[in-house]
Amino acid sequence: MVGIEHYIMVAATLFVIGIFGLFLNRKNVIVILMSIELILLSANISFVAFSSYHGDLTGQIFTLFVLTVAAAEAAIGLAILVVFFRNRGTIDVEDVNVMKG
Amino acid sequence: MTVADFAFYIFAAVVVGSGLMVTISRNPVHAVLWLISAFVGATGLFVLLGAEFIAMLLLIVYVGAVAVLFLFVVMMLDVDFAALKGEMARAMPLALLIGVILLMQIGIAFSAWRVSGNMSLANPTPGDIDNARAIGLLVYDRYIYLFQASGLVLLVAMIGAILLTLRHRTGIRRQNVLHQMWRDPAETVEMKDVKPGQGL
Repeated sequence: MVGIEHYIMVAATLFVIGIFGLFLNRKNVIVILMSIELILLSANISFVAFSSYHGDLTGQIFTLFVLTVAAAEAAIGLAILVVFFRNRGTIDVEDVNVMKG
Repeated sequence: MTVADFAFYIFAAVVVGSGLMVTISRNPVHAVLWLISAFVGATGLFVLLGAEFIAMLLLIVYVGAVAVLFLFVVMMLDVDFAALKGEMARAMPLALLIGVILLMQIGIAFSAWRVSGNMSLANPTPGDIDNARAIGLLVYDRYIYLFQASGLVLLVAMIGAILLTLRHRTGIRRQNVLHQMWRDPAETVEMKDVKPGQGL
């Protein structure tokens, strides 16, 4: 029988994979944004698992808002990325410190 | 093992495997496709948990909008990804170390985790109506301000994204509607009486 522990394990593994991706692709902003999406997805899985386990709908409501914020974040992040690429010709994050005084 | 358990293991494997492939794939287009696969797997998990509305929302919002947005940007930017990937082998030990440490920390926290016996539910799931209806009743009633605020977040994101990426190129002939409307035949067209055999 699959219990909540299994779902939490999946969520935890996905979260760790997301963090791993952040550190693995430090130069590639697109993959960093995708890793952030994975982390948010793991949070969503956790929320829905607990919501289903306790029979409480609050977790699913919260997932709705996490989804909204994730969509907004992806849109803004990709817009910044497009502008950055247009100005610099690269998406290397280590070049972003040009504004450093 | 029931069919639901079997489906859980399939979807869990899809989510975790696709998530791993997102981070380690060499081609960003493949990474986006793996991301879509991970979202579809998570949708299956949500359906198994009885959250059909969130599952369909995930499919529509993530696969239909966010992943396609990623795909557009990846294809629009002409980036030499091979050069960026060269760094990956160098960053691998640190990333693995951090990942393993984090996993162990979560394991430690998980081993001490107990469910409290006496907890009060904020919004108990009603048994007699379906999932989408119950969520709608909550979102449009108790969480209406949060719902409006999330709409505002999306509006700000939309305006911000448009404002960031909009650019006016100079040296391009644009349509000037006002100028077009004020154009008068009397000023611009001239009648000439051309004699035969002479021309103008």
